[in-house]
Amino acid sequence: MNTVRLSRRAFGKLAVAVVATFSLAPFSEFAWSEPDLPVDLRANRRLDGWIRVDEEGAVTIFTGKAELGQGILTALSQIAADELDVNLARVRMISADTARSPNENYTFGSQSVEQGGAALRAAAAQARAVLVGAACRHLKVSEADIRVEDGAILVGDGRRITYADIVRDEHELLACDIAADVTPKRPSEYKLVGKSVPRIDLPAKFTGGAAFVQDIRLPGMLFGRVVRPPRYGAKLVSVSEASVMRLPGVVAVVRDGNFLGVIAEREEQAIAARRALIEGTQWSADFVALPDVDHLQTALPQWRSEDKVISQAGQDTPASSIAMQLEATYSRPYLSHASIGPSCSVAQFRNGHMTVWSHTQGVFPLRGNLATVLEMPTGTVDVVHVPGSGCYGHNGADDVALDAALLAREVEGRPVKVQWMRDDEFAWAPISPAMVMRAKAALSRDGRIADWNYEVWSNSHAMRPGQPGGVNLLAAWHLAKPFQPSPPPEIPQPYGNGDRNAVPVYDLPRRRVTNHLLPDAPIRTSSLRTLGAHGNVFAIESFMDELALAANADPVEFRLAHLSDPRAIAVVREAANRSGWQPEAKGDGQRGRGFAYSRYKNIGAYAAIVVDVRIERSTGAISVTNVTAAIDVGRVINPDGVKNQIEGGVVQALSWALKERVMFDRKQIATRGWQDYPILSFAEVPPIDVVALERPDQASLGAGECSLGPTGAALANAVANAVGVRLRDLPLTPEKVLARLV
Amino acid sequence: MSISIAVNGKRHVLPVAAETPLLYVLRNDLQLNGPKFGCGEAQCGACTVMLDNDATRSCVFPVGAVGKARVTTIEGLGHGERLHALQKAFLAEQAAQCGYCSSGMLMAAKALLERNPNPDQATIRREMAGQKCRCGAHNRIVRAIQRAAQELRG
Repeated sequence: MNTVRLSRRAFGKLAVAVVATFSLAPFSEFAWSEPDLPVDLRANRRLDGWIRVDEEGAVTIFTGKAELGQGILTALSQIAADELDVNLARVRMISADTARSPNENYTFGSQSVEQGGAALRAAAAQARAVLVGAACRHLKVSEADIRVEDGAILVGDGRRITYADIVRDEHELLACDIAADVTPKRPSEYKLVGKSVPRIDLPAKFTGGAAFVQDIRLPGMLFGRVVRPPRYGAKLVSVSEASVMRLPGVVAVVRDGNFLGVIAEREEQAIAARRALIEGTQWSADFVALPDVDHLQTALPQWRSEDKVISQAGQDTPASSIAMQLEATYSRPYLSHASIGPSCSVAQFRNGHMTVWSHTQGVFPLRGNLATVLEMPTGTVDVVHVPGSGCYGHNGADDVALDAALLAREVEGRPVKVQWMRDDEFAWAPISPAMVMRAKAALSRDGRIADWNYEVWSNSHAMRPGQPGGVNLLAAWHLAKPFQPSPPPEIPQPYGNGDRNAVPVYDLPRRRVTNHLLPDAPIRTSSLRTLGAHGNVFAIESFMDELALAANADPVEFRLAHLSDPRAIAVVREAANRSGWQPEAKGDGQRGRGFAYSRYKNIGAYAAIVVDVRIERSTGAISVTNVTAAIDVGRVINPDGVKNQIEGGVVQALSWALKERVMFDRKQIATRGWQDYPILSFAEVPPIDVVALERPDQASLGAGECSLGPTGAALANAVANAVGVRLRDLPLTPEKVLARLV
Repeated sequence: MSISIAVNGKRHVLPVAAETPLLYVLRNDLQLNGPKFGCGEAQCGACTVMLDNDATRSCVFPVGAVGKARVTTIEGLGHGERLHALQKAFLAEQAAQCGYCSSGMLMAAKALLERNPNPDQATIRREMAGQKCRCGAHNRIVRAIQRAAQELRG
């Protein structure tokens, strides 16, 4: 379904008959079987499952990765077109569709270019080799005698044959497995990779084309809305069903245990019926006791925890020649995805088959959970990815897909579109966990870190559908026959859960890092951009500045003294140079600048950030006046796309760090609308200068998340530099600044 | 029960209740994709359309109150080969990530340029403050509006 070209396309045209060529076995069974192949190919070996060429020469690329607003389909089309030697205009992308695409698991963790791109590159290289091999046989020439231009194989004597000509003769040419020894092009041969190709999905989005799941219109489509409990734990006592059924356009009121929904002919009728249901519905007084939102920093370390030392070294010998010890505790609150468009899905149940159009990050995992809840065989459920509003992690996309399926089941044959209302989104989409980070370190007399001890506490940042031991879909927990959530997973380093980036990227010969996974989550939590990396990098990089200050060292020099990876050193130096960093410059009581560095997941993209601030001393308000970002994402596929991702990450991280905090009282989520959850606005967004280091011969690294952790820390460091006040609890609100300025 | 409104230069007579928010008439009766549901509370700007030359939050504006005003959505701004200067500028600056807020941004920008054909950067940032963007494309959007303003001034 998710097909995009340079021209606008109607959704109805997209239902081309292409059948799946992959097995239904779960992704993980294949994932580690053949280490030489890109991981996403191991589960999806069939070449024509990735690439097809039709008799007109159009190239269809199937990817299991999904467009989340990050521009991934453009980047993947560049990779495929380059390997195939075709122009971008020939390429159309079909993404994340359980009936048609390869199973590439979730689109998450900045892995789409790294893994999806590597797989597609290998598949495209193989397709080119097969097509060129057939052409050479046909023309009776060797590969040394030909060149390929936009899908045409040209011989020096003027003869030519096109990919289209070849597949016209040999329909099954690409119906083979991808070889393990396929050799993609050398980076020096790329023509499209490395170019700032315009995003293929933006023309439709700027002209009113059908671009989002919200834009799907099917014949006979109805509109649904859901009514959630007022708080966790409340049970449905009574429903004013009869009076709501009499409202204009209402087709059905659907109740199953504590799940309540309504279906109407028109969207505004569904919204009115939802309002009437809310007013006429009684819920029990049950509640789940929530923590005190103002004392999370002391509360979290008291909760039941599953503790694990995730990194340690040098513990056999005591730290020596210690000059001083430092300890500090940092924290961040619960955060909301706060996408502009509430979650939406369309579902249709017809002839025993359920089709769900969804902006999920994982069509295959969602399909499995939907089948379980609907008690349908997996093969009778299909999930088709269609973009939604900006996706920054596990939001309400999967939940609303189940909502739509539950409603569609009640009106067999007629599609139902469900979009959450704003308050559904704030109160019920998964929330990013609050975190507490405690750092202790010893400085030696020569100003080096001689000992490092770090602990982090948080609920699970990974509660997606498709995890074993339960079903992570909201409505499933509310049904008369309820399902239980899956238990929180322990995700090994270097990926981590709340402990992502908890292991410092610095040379620390004596260190101990402990993760405290808090399995009892009073607030429903899951993945938001960077998982725990945001909190951990905020803490580690704030603490590095505190240590540098204690050691009388410049923050940049202090970091460099503890780094040995040349790529890390290069981005740190580049950010310092580009921003005109003045070693040991002190703030003037109003203006200041801060530095931070991190390597995402310790194996991903490198990012060093410099933030300049101005503090209004009478109010405590922080203005960010400039941001400089130096990054290394390996080989860049689309420079402007990478820049856009870094800029966006910086803005979102500034918004988190300056303003954002999900509020609740002891019984319920209080954050229900934009008035409760301000985000950074136009006047508050600073100029952002981004430079990506040239690394054409290094593997590509995902760019979507690397900037967020360092941005938050650089902001806190800038505030400390400006006014000499160290703030360790996010967000850095004017009240907190003012309270410390007196 | 019918309402007559002019949208993108074409008059429509529709059998809808007068209190129906304009947004649902545009999206569902007229099948226009541009205006988006964001909050239903006039707080985010995703649903912004123009009534004559004024930016209007269609999610709370009753269709019955449109009266003689001309409604313009992004579809009426320009399309295909005949893009408006703002749409061209948004493409040139790649001024979006997810694009969900883009239609509202473009319409609010159009209304801004109607009021003030030569806004400086600070004015653009102040006047666009009611339009929310979560992906962080703000600076690109500001540059796109400046680019379009320059082109429109000729």
